[in-house]
Amino acid sequence: MKIKHKSVETRYMEARREFFNGLARVDRRSFLKISAAAAGAAAASGLIPYHSFQPVAVAAEAQPAFKFAYISDSHLYEKHINDRFVRSLLRAVEDVNALDPQPDFVLYGGDLAQLGRPKELKLGAEILKGVKAPLRMMVGEHDWYLDLGAQWRELFGAPTYSFDHKGVHFVTLNSVVERDFWTARGLTPMQRMMTVAGLDNGVQSPFSVGAEQLEWLRNDLAGVAPTTPVVVFSHSPLYKLYKKWNFWTDDAEDVQALLARFANVTVIHGHTHQILTNRIGSIHFHGVLATAWPWPYAPEGLPELTIQMSRPDPFNPMDGCGNGEVHVHADGLVDKVYNLWNRAPIIVGRRYLVSNGKEAVPPAPNRISY
Amino acid sequence: MCVDFVRTGAGKGAVAAVLAAFALAGAGCEERSALKRPAHGAGGGGETEVILCDGSTPGAVAAAATGQVLADSLMDQWKRAHPERDWVEVEKEQHELKPPADNSALLKGGQGPEHPYGRVTKQELLLWARETEKFVVEGSRIFHSAELLGSTVAVSCDMCHPHAANTHPETYPKYQTQLGRAVLLRDMIEWCIENPVRGAHLSGDDPRMRALEAYIIAQRSGTVMVYGKH
Repeated sequence: MKIKHKSVETRYMEARREFFNGLARVDRRSFLKISAAAAGAAAASGLIPYHSFQPVAVAAEAQPAFKFAYISDSHLYEKHINDRFVRSLLRAVEDVNALDPQPDFVLYGGDLAQLGRPKELKLGAEILKGVKAPLRMMVGEHDWYLDLGAQWRELFGAPTYSFDHKGVHFVTLNSVVERDFWTARGLTPMQRMMTVAGLDNGVQSPFSVGAEQLEWLRNDLAGVAPTTPVVVFSHSPLYKLYKKWNFWTDDAEDVQALLARFANVTVIHGHTHQILTNRIGSIHFHGVLATAWPWPYAPEGLPELTIQMSRPDPFNPMDGCGNGEVHVHADGLVDKVYNLWNRAPIIVGRRYLVSNGKEAVPPAPNRISY
Repeated sequence: MCVDFVRTGAGKGAVAAVLAAFALAGAGCEERSALKRPAHGAGGGGETEVILCDGSTPGAVAAAATGQVLADSLMDQWKRAHPERDWVEVEKEQHELKPPADNSALLKGGQGPEHPYGRVTKQELLLWARETEKFVVEGSRIFHSAELLGSTVAVSCDMCHPHAANTHPETYPKYQTQLGRAVLLRDMIEWCIENPVRGAHLSGDDPRMRALEAYIIAQRSGTVMVYGKH
């Protein structure tokens, strides 16, 4: 007798089998078919699609020249003080190590430590040794203001550097330079650190790149042709979003001016702990997710191109957190993958920014920040 | 001059700190009895031991000092014994706080002197504003301090809610789906303290809870209340 009804589980397993069998004989036409099968499987299961089912949006576009991954904003305490942030970083390391194929390198986006203590930074360094791909480090304010970078430099070297990779010129800046607010107040190093560590602490000064690094950047870019794709890593967004939380770089215009002569520039920044997208002329800006906790969106100044992520659920400590990938195209522009741990990943694609938000629009959330 | 306020301390419950009051010749500070007056300096020299107006700090003033000299001496000793004396100003400088409503319109007009509710003085307005603000400032101090919250994992409220963002007090009471019941803001504060903050249970009447509520609500001043909103 033929079974008329198939259970949800059966339909899911059938769809899943078809999907994995299909992968073995994939061409563009059958790819679309198995993508549909994957979506069907996910829908039948009632689950949000898995990360592995998501390359649909990317596959429809030109293939990227290469990929790198990112982990950022882990805010580590020593594990006897708080093990949650430690476990989150370990999870992110597992995620990037599981990527197949492996990324060309992994960017660490800053704020490895919460209070810049040597034990926090050393713990972070130890965990990040587990990353299989080469690691590129960037500094954040939480790493810096206890000893003004002494321990961080000892572990990771200079915070400002550049390198070339597959035709793209990469620059890493220390964009969290604050003017001296501590000496006149007679603050101890830990008081200085605690002040900077408070996002809404107004005693600290705005972030900047500073004259010294601007000069370094001018020299570094001097020999780079304007047609060369440039990707810049900075902890703070290299534009002015919301000063009260230092979602802000005070001399952003000076940095942008140095980058303006390049046809395509991408800036990848940490600090904001959220999906954040902006474009100023030929410069495309992308935020990254934190592993520690998500920030709310700033109450004003949000760039028009930013499609927010849905408001995180406080009852799930991992919600709104994650890591991700950056798929770099030959022209230096990128598809930015936000791998949200508790949700389907969201891709903010190159085409979305190039079209000024008209095409390839990422899904809009139904719960935004208050 | 007498400035009294009650401040919540880091330890158990409220610590009352009664400050100042420099009507010294009278009851402002307690002289530890004439018996303790040192015998030296019979010609007007020597010191008198006193307990400062916080009721606990020992001090000493020149036996011959009077008036402003005496008051200044006591104030100077009290300031040295209380390095946190400017806590309201310090907190306001660190964490931008919305000011309480401007009630100065009440000084104008009114229904005349025979109507008592129309008579509001500048001094009253100042008192209302200062006391209300102090309540809120105390909430801000706790909100930003893992230690005062009693966190066992070094987590404070501002780490997820800078300037109390995304706390949306204007949406309560509402059905909290994760808890399966309708709750008040304080229930969510309590949930946060017990879970992400990993602190001890805080009752709805606890001075810290009241101060936290005061701060969070104050930060959303001007927002329209829409209870039940998700």
